[in-house]
Amino acid sequence: MRHFWLRSAVFLGALCVPLYWLYLAWLLALGPEPGKWLLDHLGQGALVLLLVTLAMTPLSRLTGWPQWLAIRRQLGLWSFTYACLHIACFALFILGGQWERLPAELLERPYVMVGALAFLGLLALALTSNHWSMRRLGAGWKRLHRLVYPILLLVLLHMLWVVRSDLGLWALYASLGGVLLFLRLPWGKRWLGQAALVRRNRAQRDK
Amino acid sequence: MLIKLPPSSGCREGEVTPESVYLSRRRLMQGALLGVASSAMPGTGWAQYPDVEPAIAPPWLQRRLTDVQWAPSPAEAVAPFKVASQYNNFYEFGAGKTDPARHASAMQTEPWSVRIDGLVAKPGVYDLEQICAQSRLQERIYRLRCVEAWSMVIPWLGFPLAELIRRVEPLGDARYLRFETLHRPEEMPGTRSRFSLIDWPYVEGLRLDEAMHPLTILAVGMYGRVLPNQNGAPLRLVVPWKYGFKSIKSIVRISFVSEQPKSSWMLIAPDEYGFYANVNPAVSHPRWSQAQERRLPNTLFSPNLRPTQLFNGYGEEVAELYRGMDLRKHY
Repeated sequence: MRHFWLRSAVFLGALCVPLYWLYLAWLLALGPEPGKWLLDHLGQGALVLLLVTLAMTPLSRLTGWPQWLAIRRQLGLWSFTYACLHIACFALFILGGQWERLPAELLERPYVMVGALAFLGLLALALTSNHWSMRRLGAGWKRLHRLVYPILLLVLLHMLWVVRSDLGLWALYASLGGVLLFLRLPWGKRWLGQAALVRRNRAQRDK
Repeated sequence: MLIKLPPSSGCREGEVTPESVYLSRRRLMQGALLGVASSAMPGTGWAQYPDVEPAIAPPWLQRRLTDVQWAPSPAEAVAPFKVASQYNNFYEFGAGKTDPARHASAMQTEPWSVRIDGLVAKPGVYDLEQICAQSRLQERIYRLRCVEAWSMVIPWLGFPLAELIRRVEPLGDARYLRFETLHRPEEMPGTRSRFSLIDWPYVEGLRLDEAMHPLTILAVGMYGRVLPNQNGAPLRLVVPWKYGFKSIKSIVRISFVSEQPKSSWMLIAPDEYGFYANVNPAVSHPRWSQAQERRLPNTLFSPNLRPTQLFNGYGEEVAELYRGMDLRKHY
């Protein structure tokens, strides 16, 4: 496998974070409401991983290094995994395992519905992230996986609804997301192309 | 129900029940011991709660803390002091639950005065000692229900707000009380945040009859000691049948007004927050179901979920205040 060490490092890093959180919970270091703490942090973790995933393509364009693309799928799957754990926390600690309360939660609280839609989107992308699906779907695969852009917007909306009177962290994620989406637009692509060219020219000159 | 308050027409419990029966034996013993030690030891009373960090209060308050009417042992487990003092919402010090404990020590609480103005016969700027002067401190062990669907049982030290209200003599037109929290940006990092939605100072309000209700207290302490800053030192409101945000902290102004005041949360999200904010499992909040609550502290293995009670379980005492009102409309 190419880029074995890089892939392994990403795998271990993404795996260790939730394990470390569980360890903190075991030490009783997460405060009086550890379930809620995990819920919040796993949700934010899923968002951060989604942003990192979306940064891989522009980074590879900018630098010309292929290794960014080698870890893109894994990062996306990790975002999905964190989202699954986030939902498990919601079910355990907020619903208390009472699934019959879920329909009311979805209908009465728009942010739960928006989060659920984003999760369904991630689920579709995760299920079709294998080679078999790519071959099977052909050109449709790329179209399907453009769903990641509306998913990012849904996740940001979900978080915006959840955060209370302080928007600082949300504003940071939203502006990063904004930059990453901008780089997909024709203008953004042109800007990225020019930046890559400047970078390459400078590198050649320095040689 | 943690505290049984008799109706005002009935005789007081202390008049019929000897205190030796009223207090549990353990508390009686502690009370006796503390009584002996009180002249020498500061912060008497905190000893009965195991993990309390003792604190030094101003001398006048220290004296008052030695003469507290202690509450009977509660039926529900009291939250550890560490939990009640390190898991707070006090947006003036930041939006995170641990921000207040981290930043609130910067708040200067001495000297402290409260401006009482509006429709009262005796308006003025009263210092804290004067505010508390004519009331013996009582311990009140109340459930605190946060609108975010968690709750804790906390032993407050304070006195009925009604005692202060009577002293300042509200005029006939006074129908509401408007409270204001200290706003001192240099000591309150949360108020300097550019991303905050709150228009400082924080404002809350009560109807006059709610404010006069015997369950409504002004607290100066908890767990047998003075209030930690993050819990609203040196003077805060505690209204146990309403969501926690109504119990405004670090009060610097109380105005008696004729019109219903607009609270901070009503201004931020009028469709989410009403004036009354009574705990009500049947009225869902757009952010949180109010049907259940998580009693804190909890663990990963026991989320400690329990059904929320109408008026936070104090309906027997307070339902009368809202007779004939549609609680779904006046939420």
